[in-house]
Amino acid sequence: MKGVRHYPGFLILTLGCLLVLYAPLVVVTIYSFNDSSSITSWGGFSLRWYVDVLTGPESARFAAAAWNSITIAVLAATASTAIAVAAALAMIRSGRFRGKSATYALINLPLLVPEIVTAVATLIFFSVIGLTTGYLTILIAHVTFCIPFAYLPIAARLSGIEEVYEQAARDLYATRTQAFWLILLPLMMPGVVSGYLLAFIISLDDFIITNFVKGAGMETLPTAIFGSVKQGIKPNIMAISTVMLAVSVLFVSLSYLVNRIGQKTRT
Amino acid sequence: MSTAIDVRSVVKHYGTMTALHQVSMAIRDNEFFTLLGPSGCGKTTLLRCIAGFESVSGGDILLYGRDIATLEPNYRPVNTVFQQYALFPHMSVLDNVAFGLKMKGVGLAERRARAGKMLEMVHLSAFADRMPSQLSGGQQQRVALARALAPEPKVLLLDEPLSALDLKLRQAMRVELKTLQEQTGITFIFVTHDQEEALTMSDRIAVMSQGRVQQIGTAREIYEAPNNRFVADFIGETNLLEVEVVTASGGMAEVVLPGGHRLRCAAADTTPGRHHLSIRPERLSIAAEGPLTGTVERVVYLGTDLQLLTRLPDGAPFTLRLQNSARTQVPEPGSTVSLQLEDGAARLLVD
Amino acid sequence: MAGGVLPPPSNRGGTGWGPLRVPLLIPTWVMIGIFLLLPVLLMAVYSFLTKEFRGGVIWDFTLAAYDQFFFDRGLFGDEPPVIEWTYISIFWRSIWQAGVATLACLLVGFPTAWFIATRAPAQRTVWLFLITIPYWVNLLIRTVSLKFLIRDNGPLNEALIGLGLLDHPLPLVNTNLAVQLGLFYSYLPFMVLPIYAAVERYNFALSEAASDLYAGRWTILREIVLPMVRPGIVAGCILVFVPSLGAFLAPDLLGGAKTYMIGSLIDEQFKGSQGNWPFGAAIAVILMTMVLMVLMAQARAALKGERK
Repeated sequence: MKGVRHYPGFLILTLGCLLVLYAPLVVVTIYSFNDSSSITSWGGFSLRWYVDVLTGPESARFAAAAWNSITIAVLAATASTAIAVAAALAMIRSGRFRGKSATYALINLPLLVPEIVTAVATLIFFSVIGLTTGYLTILIAHVTFCIPFAYLPIAARLSGIEEVYEQAARDLYATRTQAFWLILLPLMMPGVVSGYLLAFIISLDDFIITNFVKGAGMETLPTAIFGSVKQGIKPNIMAISTVMLAVSVLFVSLSYLVNRIGQKTRT
Repeated sequence: MSTAIDVRSVVKHYGTMTALHQVSMAIRDNEFFTLLGPSGCGKTTLLRCIAGFESVSGGDILLYGRDIATLEPNYRPVNTVFQQYALFPHMSVLDNVAFGLKMKGVGLAERRARAGKMLEMVHLSAFADRMPSQLSGGQQQRVALARALAPEPKVLLLDEPLSALDLKLRQAMRVELKTLQEQTGITFIFVTHDQEEALTMSDRIAVMSQGRVQQIGTAREIYEAPNNRFVADFIGETNLLEVEVVTASGGMAEVVLPGGHRLRCAAADTTPGRHHLSIRPERLSIAAEGPLTGTVERVVYLGTDLQLLTRLPDGAPFTLRLQNSARTQVPEPGSTVSLQLEDGAARLLVD
Repeated sequence: MAGGVLPPPSNRGGTGWGPLRVPLLIPTWVMIGIFLLLPVLLMAVYSFLTKEFRGGVIWDFTLAAYDQFFFDRGLFGDEPPVIEWTYISIFWRSIWQAGVATLACLLVGFPTAWFIATRAPAQRTVWLFLITIPYWVNLLIRTVSLKFLIRDNGPLNEALIGLGLLDHPLPLVNTNLAVQLGLFYSYLPFMVLPIYAAVERYNFALSEAASDLYAGRWTILREIVLPMVRPGIVAGCILVFVPSLGAFLAPDLLGGAKTYMIGSLIDEQFKGSQGNWPFGAAIAVILMTMVLMVLMAQARAALKGERK
């Protein structure tokens, strides 16, 4: 008898769960270092496909796509984080008000609407107002759907910070602005960084919505990869995928670490 | 003696709830003044109104004659020691203490020197570069004090600052607080629900209940001459008897005790009729003859004292405290004893 | 009414952010209101417009898009209407695929969530972290990786043949199974997390009490645990089912013509000159309506549960 918490087979299923989640990623990572031009046979370890991504025939296309992806992710994450910080202050620090639950629903709307519906709706909207699809339309769409991802960790952090710190600052002659920049924002920082990183990844990863609102000739990394994959999986795609995978894992790990450090400074 | 804080008919509403009803008090310069009362009595609300964290719904708050009730907290030369200290967790101890000076525009060198001096005063110079999380509760408490005193406020507000400490530390801090107040000459307004804390440190105490001031006076005044049942009951232990007042004038009254005996006693501003009489348990003794008789139900041993739980003939419980000395005669439970009152043991209350 | 009375204003001189509330919320209202809520409403309007050739629309209101979805009026539109099964069956297939994926996620996700929630607190965060990482990896890359792994001469088949378990490759790509696997793989973390949260709040003394009263392990699971953690299970199922229903990548990359789902159907309506925007909008409206119905049913059930 091992107690009521133990059920036989649950460990095996958990490990199976992790195996399913990680096996494809591990296999692609391994094959991205394959020296062979064929994706089926192993020809020894090599970095040639990484070199190919940087200098090969498709390198210019990938470079342009990467530039678009990264700049859009930086701008979208910055804007959505700023918007989310403002929203969190109003939602958590200004008491009850009329329309609070409606606002809360609005913040979460991007999470509730299926991505494909968001994509269709956004495309139709841009077409009706006559905004040519391209970099700007992608950016607008990304800022919008990144807001809840940035909001969640920021709001969680803010609601854990007692109001007394701001009061102490005001009591010690800080203006409202000084109390925000010197006390509240530094205390919120783990949540802000976490929210920024999540928004960054979400923007960098988006395919479906981007694919709808990108317009002709405009590519981000996911749409470029999708275009290539449609003609079959090539080794250089695996190299790009591995790099993006590493970036995602790095960012999520950072976000996780920042949050843990944040928990230690919580008093 | 001039008035540091003059609270004039302050009213505070929260929606339909009234937290302060026409509260008035004049707190003197260089005074250790305590707001004492149970939780929810309005003492913390009043303190927050003085600090500026709450706006008043009516009335004025004057600081040395200047109305501050509408000023934002950063324009009020008063500082607060918070209940949970509220030390900024991302700043070192020294930076915490120097924060107020920095906000007031004091230059780096001077504010470091002054903050250092404050830390010296609370015996924490060695901890200047630590982070608040690396300090014990008692040390954090002293940093909070140093931080609030560093900008040399005209008045220091303390919101139950000792409640998070353990008993030993709390007792030591009482002495330290009182010493600090005398050293700095700053007016302290201290909020607590702990009567022992209030009695040991304060020059004067305002007892509050249900958003109203019940009585203001020195420790001795509120203990020995309570105005009403709330004060008599809240401060220390007391026996409350309902009595018939025969005459009352000039602070004295003649009343009829439950057993029929007549007694002359000190009185609050009372009129004839039925009122309550407060009799402190330690001002009673067992004698051959006395105005009250009680049946002993139980003797509780308290170490320095013995507590006698008795019942009067009409069934009302009545408590005595006898000093535990070798000469004390302890009556048997079940026996009937005559109770003698010391001079000034009884006081007639307004309600 | 008490609810109409505002709580204490934090103070005009205090730290409350009340006075700044509106300016602080304007960016959120503008961004999500104008660039998501308004477009969704506009999309609904669009579904009633008339299609023009080359993908445009004419602002004439018509039910043509919905008519096309539900009824077949022959090649020239002059025959008596009969039910058009093409699109309904695509919806039905989507529901079926999403349902199978959800069930699979539940069967694997519940034990996983339970296992993690019963670890020591320090270990829990590590396990949870391992479960959530794949979610943050680009869904496209994950789907491509899965396709690479399970294709006819991919590592999985080669390994199975190498181990002597198979004679010739098992054809997985372009099957319903592959799509289900893809959906399962895409949204598994969504099942684990809410169930984990529910199990973590579960009071294990209840299991012990049941055990003390002679209930066996599996009886306890069925009679005590499952009813208690039901909200978490329901939340997990919705979080997997809803995105699976509108999924685009898994069916598009792992499936074929036989495994066509709603996502691809919508996508097709907006591609090039073959497209039909009002029809695409109508399909999206129908999908959105289904999702809203699921969410509202859950919200009502949750409210009922709270009242109990």
